[in-house]
Amino acid sequence: MIRDLSEAIAEFVHDGDTVAMEGFTHLIPFSAAHEIIRQKIQNLTLVRMTPDLIYDQMIGAGCASKLVFSWGGNPGVGSLHRFRDAIQNSWPNPLEIEEHTHAGLANRYLAGASGLPFAVIRGYQGSDLLKNTANAKVIECPFTHEKLMAVGALNPDVTIIHAQQADQDGNVMLWGITGIQKEAVLSAKSVLVTVEEIVETFTPRMNAIVIPSFVISAVCLSPKGAMPSYALDYYDRDNEAYVAWNAISKDRATFLAWLESTIFQIETIGAR
Amino acid sequence: MNQKMPLETKAWTSDEMMTVSAARSLKNGDTCFVGIGIPSTAAILAKATHAPDLILIYESGTIDTNPSCLPLSIGDGELAQTALTVVSIPEIFNYWLQPGRIKMGFLGAAQIDKFANINTTIIGPSYRNPAVRLPGAGGATEIAGACHQTTIICRQSKRTFLEKIDFITSVGFGTGPGSRQSFGLTGQGPTTVITDLGILEPDQDSCELVFTQIHENTTIEQVLDATGWRLKVSDNLITTLPPTEEELRILRALNEPTAHN
Repeated sequence: MIRDLSEAIAEFVHDGDTVAMEGFTHLIPFSAAHEIIRQKIQNLTLVRMTPDLIYDQMIGAGCASKLVFSWGGNPGVGSLHRFRDAIQNSWPNPLEIEEHTHAGLANRYLAGASGLPFAVIRGYQGSDLLKNTANAKVIECPFTHEKLMAVGALNPDVTIIHAQQADQDGNVMLWGITGIQKEAVLSAKSVLVTVEEIVETFTPRMNAIVIPSFVISAVCLSPKGAMPSYALDYYDRDNEAYVAWNAISKDRATFLAWLESTIFQIETIGAR
Repeated sequence: MNQKMPLETKAWTSDEMMTVSAARSLKNGDTCFVGIGIPSTAAILAKATHAPDLILIYESGTIDTNPSCLPLSIGDGELAQTALTVVSIPEIFNYWLQPGRIKMGFLGAAQIDKFANINTTIIGPSYRNPAVRLPGAGGATEIAGACHQTTIICRQSKRTFLEKIDFITSVGFGTGPGSRQSFGLTGQGPTTVITDLGILEPDQDSCELVFTQIHENTTIEQVLDATGWRLKVSDNLITTLPPTEEELRILRALNEPTAHN
């Protein structure tokens, strides 16, 4: 149950898989993403509400052939340049996109987690998104005859999240902004969780989610594994790193130099 | 008196006037769904001045949050630690936004048309092959649909205020009266568009944006030049009250930490 990160990535993430790595600004699983980059896993369909720096790095490193997302910016800073370069110029390879609203993508996970083929929301109608995206269709309510949106279930091959703690049995606890992690975990075929710390017993906390080990495939100890995002009660968001990413990612050569010095020169970030 | 003051000695910037105007549009006790950037700055400014009981809600799931500084992202730890409660993403959209529990939506835009439809998705004629790829919808499409009212904050220029925008990300009034109802959008739609030059409001009958308020040190020629359609100007055009010393002091103090990030 408690596994080495590089072994778990090799076992559960394969070329061509649909991979969801969630964490809404908080608890973004960067160390797992860096391990995927180091293992040169390719042709992934990457799913994430906010691609953020984590997918900007994976897209620039050539891991992705498709991106499913709902907001692709560097929060508070501006553009994701590797994401833009892939869409505008097909660099380093063409990137197919499937774009949603936050509510739409969140409900695709929710349907997947619920074992249903779709979820129902109000939304998309009148927006040009509707004619440019898959997995969102207008339906008629069988009770009121209103026109509503059906969004198709999402069931990733593997979901990867980062949490504050696991116990010895591989149960996982996370708290603070818990985003879409519960739905992303319960909709997936395999689940990999990196954690800050392995503890004897959990202490109850406000807004905490506990995920039982029987729905988790592997837990990997990876302290600081969410940096430069943050882990509430462990470390703060490194806002300077988010600002600095703008200059690193803007230019292909600078990005490739960063990739070489920061990702490939390091064996693995997680503890063994 | 300030209209005579030369631009270079003006005591505030047009962006500051825009942010202060946006803050003033929020009432004490309102619930407000806030996007990051100027909307967030304006909402926090309102809470620090005339609207201490304003309830701020961010799409990261933080409800009734009380940040002491400007967050860089909508999910900063500061927002979670100072919130009354934190809920999941499906809950914030499905239980709080969608049923119409939130009064005000504050949105930004890269392009806007005369019916206050907004684009935050792409620039250029082709969605699949855009000249510029922008971040996309995020929460905006449903905020524009389900909040009782929305306020749009956007710098005014010929590049942003267009007869036809490249992509409708979020609906204002669609193609005019009746559009919102036909799309099943439950909120009333945009009630105010606040720019660095003034304020626009939709005409009650045609839904078309009318320029109703001009900021000090701005001329109507400047406003018309910065609009890509034949802009209607209200017969009762009023001039925005300049920022007070208190508004400027608090706004600048708020901007101080993020400026050094």
